[in-house]
Amino acid sequence: MSAAVPPFVPEAARPLRAPVRAGAKRISFVKRSVLPGFGLSLGFTLFYLAFIVLIPLAAMGVKAAGLTWPEFIAATLSPRAIAAYKLSFGAALLAAAINAVFGLITAWVLVRYDFPFKRVIDAMVDLPFALPTAVAGIALAAIYAPNGWIGELAAPFKIAFTPWGVVIALTFIGLPFVVRTVQPVLQDLSREVEEAAASLGATRWQTFRRVIFPAIAPSLMTGYALSFARGLGEYGSVIFIAGNLPMISEIAPLLIIGKLEQYDYGGAAAIGVVMLAAAFIILLAINLLQRWARVRGGAA
Amino acid sequence: MSTARNHRSPLSESPLVRRLLIGAALGFLFLFLVLPLLTVFIEGLRGGIVRYIQSVSEPDAVAAIKLTVIAAAIAVPCNLVFGLAASWAIAKFEFTGKNVLITFIDLPFSVSPVIAGLIYVLLFGAQGLLGPWLSAHDIQIVFAVPGIVLATIFVTFPFIARELIPLMQEQGTEDEEAARSLGAGGWQTFFRVTLPNVRWALLYGVLLCNARAMGEFGAVSVVSGHIRGLTNTMPLHVEILYNEYNFIAAFAVASVLAFLALVTLAIKSVLEWRHGGDISAARA
Repeated sequence: MSAAVPPFVPEAARPLRAPVRAGAKRISFVKRSVLPGFGLSLGFTLFYLAFIVLIPLAAMGVKAAGLTWPEFIAATLSPRAIAAYKLSFGAALLAAAINAVFGLITAWVLVRYDFPFKRVIDAMVDLPFALPTAVAGIALAAIYAPNGWIGELAAPFKIAFTPWGVVIALTFIGLPFVVRTVQPVLQDLSREVEEAAASLGATRWQTFRRVIFPAIAPSLMTGYALSFARGLGEYGSVIFIAGNLPMISEIAPLLIIGKLEQYDYGGAAAIGVVMLAAAFIILLAINLLQRWARVRGGAA
Repeated sequence: MSTARNHRSPLSESPLVRRLLIGAALGFLFLFLVLPLLTVFIEGLRGGIVRYIQSVSEPDAVAAIKLTVIAAAIAVPCNLVFGLAASWAIAKFEFTGKNVLITFIDLPFSVSPVIAGLIYVLLFGAQGLLGPWLSAHDIQIVFAVPGIVLATIFVTFPFIARELIPLMQEQGTEDEEAARSLGAGGWQTFFRVTLPNVRWALLYGVLLCNARAMGEFGAVSVVSGHIRGLTNTMPLHVEILYNEYNFIAAFAVASVLAFLALVTLAIKSVLEWRHGGDISAARA
């Protein structure tokens, strides 16, 4: 299996921006023959990617393109759809904000302080990644329902089966993102800068605001964006606690399910395309944020 | 953390602030993590141990467990092979368009699970693009097991690749080149040099991939058709029981999944503590 070189791999073995490999040896076009399997591995990668991800996603575009403009507008901009977008965006933004505040505090506490069971608690932060969303959904619904443990405490104020329930579920789902993006940055932060600030007479709060916070801000925003992106598409944990009333507590992914149940495949595809476009924009923003974070991290 | 014992005020917070912050963090985590987890087990056992065992061993539940295991048993190895191929190509060679490829590999993470299910319905469903051809040949993909497997593969697509790519990029190609110069064949180099170098990261990726594969709800829900005993995975079974107001059984089955999640977290933590450096220094 010598490397059969696909046609699009020309001379441009350009150095990527990875700083780690800047000093390491770069594989020149000739040297590549030392390691075999490029054609096989890249070929399989592209084949698998195309068949599992790209072609099915393109199928959605084709299906949506089969609609006329008025049909597309009717499906994606109906009052019910707009209400759902507003809820999904609003709830995801709010949940990500809650996670930004408490995620930052959690990361800070885990990195800087000592307390009992810290390791277990640290491990628990990843629970929303590991716990199936449906399980989280029914548990949260049981807790925040009017007769649930917390629902009872909040008595006249209803949480579950209102838009607030959506916020609760999305907070759970997005919880690990901010902690896990801020934690390593906080860990690598040089204490000497803080010492310098303190020796120059800064109070602790000033040091945090002027020295620490600017250093972790990019990672905090990345975590916020990741949490927001996850919340926007989330389905499993939300539907149990939301109540799913059209115009009030119906999230955007649920619109797609509704269209599918009415066999309106074109309408479902149209809403899917809108949501996919939103996901792309956020993905782009996250990439830019991460690049910024790298530059910031390198400068610090 | 020696820093925590540092009481000099300019470099640390006052004990009061410290306690408030710890309290806020623990309160938040209790409310959003511990309480839901406790609820699952308490509600599941509310009807007593006998009801609990009945709930998880009735035929529909067993069928759901089997299907969940089957879906994961197909999806994880597929994504494992893909992860190895992708990371070999991306980490060991330089080529144009690499960054675009990496972005595409990450794509399933940013796609809503509902869309993950939807695309297969649009492709393979009765009114889908390939629907007429499939029904003419009597092939059922959507609302059957193949659709569930496909949707599971889609949502777990990047898990293993994204654990392996940064690690293999960091490790470079010296080891493999040395093996080659000593006369090892391609596969020999891969199995004797590359694979042992990444084995912990691989295990880590498989663990996360499996957890998601067994727990996926949204994508599988769209392609399943919810046929009891046939196309119901465990999370879908939980939903059906819950919607039938059979809360004790729903939480009993859910507690099995929650237990699985806890086991996953435990293994994951052990891997991070013991082999953190081998998993990847570049973990985000």
